[in-house]
Order: sequence, then C-alpha cells, then structure tokens
Amino acid sequence: MGESWALVAWLVVTTAVIKAAGPVALGNRDLPARATGVIALLAPALLAALVMPETFGGNGSEITLGERALGVAGAGVVVALRGGVLLAMAVAVALTAGARALLG
Amino acid sequence: MRRDAVRAGVRAGIPFAVAAGVVALSFGVVAKPVIGTAATLVMSTFVFAGAAQFGSVAVLAAGGGLPTAVIAAVLLNARFLPMGIALAPSLRGRWFRRAAYGEAMIDASWAMANRGGGRFDPDFLVGATLPSYPAWVIGTVLGVIAGDLIGDPADLGLDVVFPAFFVALLLGGELGSDRITAIVALLGAAIALALLPFAPAGVPVIAASGAALLGLRHGPGAADAEGTEPRPEIEGDPVG
Repeated sequence: MGESWALVAWLVVTTAVIKAAGPVALGNRDLPARATGVIALLAPALLAALVMPETFGGNGSEITLGERALGVAGAGVVVALRGGVLLAMAVAVALTAGARALLG
Repeated sequence: MRRDAVRAGVRAGIPFAVAAGVVALSFGVVAKPVIGTAATLVMSTFVFAGAAQFGSVAVLAAGGGLPTAVIAAVLLNARFLPMGIALAPSLRGRWFRRAAYGEAMIDASWAMANRGGGRFDPDFLVGATLPSYPAWVIGTVLGVIAGDLIGDPADLGLDVVFPAFFVALLLGGELGSDRITAIVALLGAAIALALLPFAPAGVPVIAASGAALLGLRHGPGAADAEGTEPRPEIEGDPVG
C-alpha cells in the first residue's frame, strides 16, 4: 500500500504545480504582441485536440471509429443547425448510447 | 471576484458536474481494488484531475510501477500548462491569487470561460468548476461503496459528453471567428489525431498546442503589431 500513497502524494504535488505554473509565471504582465498572438490561438488548438483522443481513442493505441464518433458528429450537426450546446450534448449521448444498445 | 460571473459559471457548470459525478463513480469502482479505499478517496479529494487519476491507476493495475504511473499522470496533466498560459493574461493580483485560479481549471470550465481573442473570464471559470468538485468527490465515494451495483457509464453514452461539448464550443464560436483560428483548430486536431496511435497518452494534446505558433505570423497579436484592425471578439453563449 506504500506505493498507493506515494502515487497519491506525487499526483497532488505535480497536478498543483502544473496547473499553477502558467498563471504564476505569466500573469500580471503585458506580453509582447507576438506572444499574445500565439496565446490567443492556444484555445482553439487545444479544444480541437482534446476532441481527438476522447472521440477516436481506443483501449490500446489504435484509432477507433465507433459510437462516440457518431455521437460527436451528431453534436456537430446540431450546432451547425444553430442548436444549443446542451442540445448538442444530449443528442450526442442519445446517439452513442442508442448505437451501443443496437450494435450490442 | 465578480459574483454575477461566478453564479453564471455555476449555472453553466452544473451539467458537467452531473457527468463528472458519473465518471468519478466509475473511478471509485476501478481504483478501489488497485490502491485501496482510503487512497482512492484521498486522491479524488486532493488531485481532482480525472484523466491523470484514471491513467496512473491503470498503469499500476497493469504492473507498470510507480515511476511509470507518475509519468503517465504528468503527461495527462501537461495540457494544463498551455491552458494555464492561455489563461494567464486574463489574471491579475498576487502570485498566490493567480495560482488559485490556475488550480480551479478543469477542461470544461476552462473551455467555457474562453471569450475568444485570448481573453478568459476567470471568475466564470471558478464558478463553472465549483459544482464539479463535490460531484467528483461524492461520485468517488459512491463508486467505492456501491460500485459493483452500478453498470458501465459508457452504456449510457456518457463517455461522449466531453468531446461533444468541445466540438459544440468549437463550431459554435471559435471556428467562426476568423480564418487563422479555423486553420489552427484543424491543424491542432490533425496533429493530435496523427500522434494518437504512436505517442503516450496525453502527448497528442500537448503537441497539438504547437499549432498556435502560427500566431507568430498571423495571430491577432501579429496583426496589432502591423497596425491593422484587431479581429472582432466573439462572445458566444457557452451553454447555448
């Protein structure tokens, strides 16, 4: 059990340090214009990237085109048709759960 | 702290708290046999980072050893570095105050607090995180106590909540803001997808942040430096 508590301790410390690093190091100062240009584009790059492993990630290293991809595509269609974010998420959940139930 | 922004964040964060509670429940189920009841509860209470918790426990369960488990957790958490860097220019005050805002970051609240053009609403972010914390801890407790009685959250389709949310935010606001933003988002997605089969978990998302380097030449900051008009801000309604 010593290993378990060591893992907890490591995670508490590293998570806190990583989350605080950017705000502590860069906050409260005016950054150069070029840095501002990069920082403004971090959000779309990261948002788009976050979708990938959670949509196409499988159990191992393979790319999986499965029920989650169907659900995410459904969410995209809802937003394209000017539906709200919550509706898009509800459609995604229903499509994913429905496809899993049907395909067993 | 602006109370109206915090309250708006809390309202926007409640749906994610429900999803987080269900995910935490499954964490309680899988972690208890690996690290024990007490360590599972303490981890959820003081770490509060789903991907890192799941990833590190999975490594231990597979016999990977402590160093490998910690490295996996750090890689899975490393996305908070660029996310924190993006948040930083919107923060003011002493270092510990800014650090506290950083600790409040979770994926959903950070994404919802994004106001476009590199600006964030930090108080909204704190509010959007608030409901998820008790949900995460209580969900873990329930998973540890009654995990065997509850089925797989994936059967309910709940594993699609977060990617669907990110896609909805992107299509609803970010991608429509200007051409360079759309290019960077597509490039970020392509980098993450290309690395997914080869790189350790967590690395594809961090590597994708490199797409933002296009801002050195084309971003709003570069536009300002050249004396052109800054692009209009996009004020999307984060919860539709």
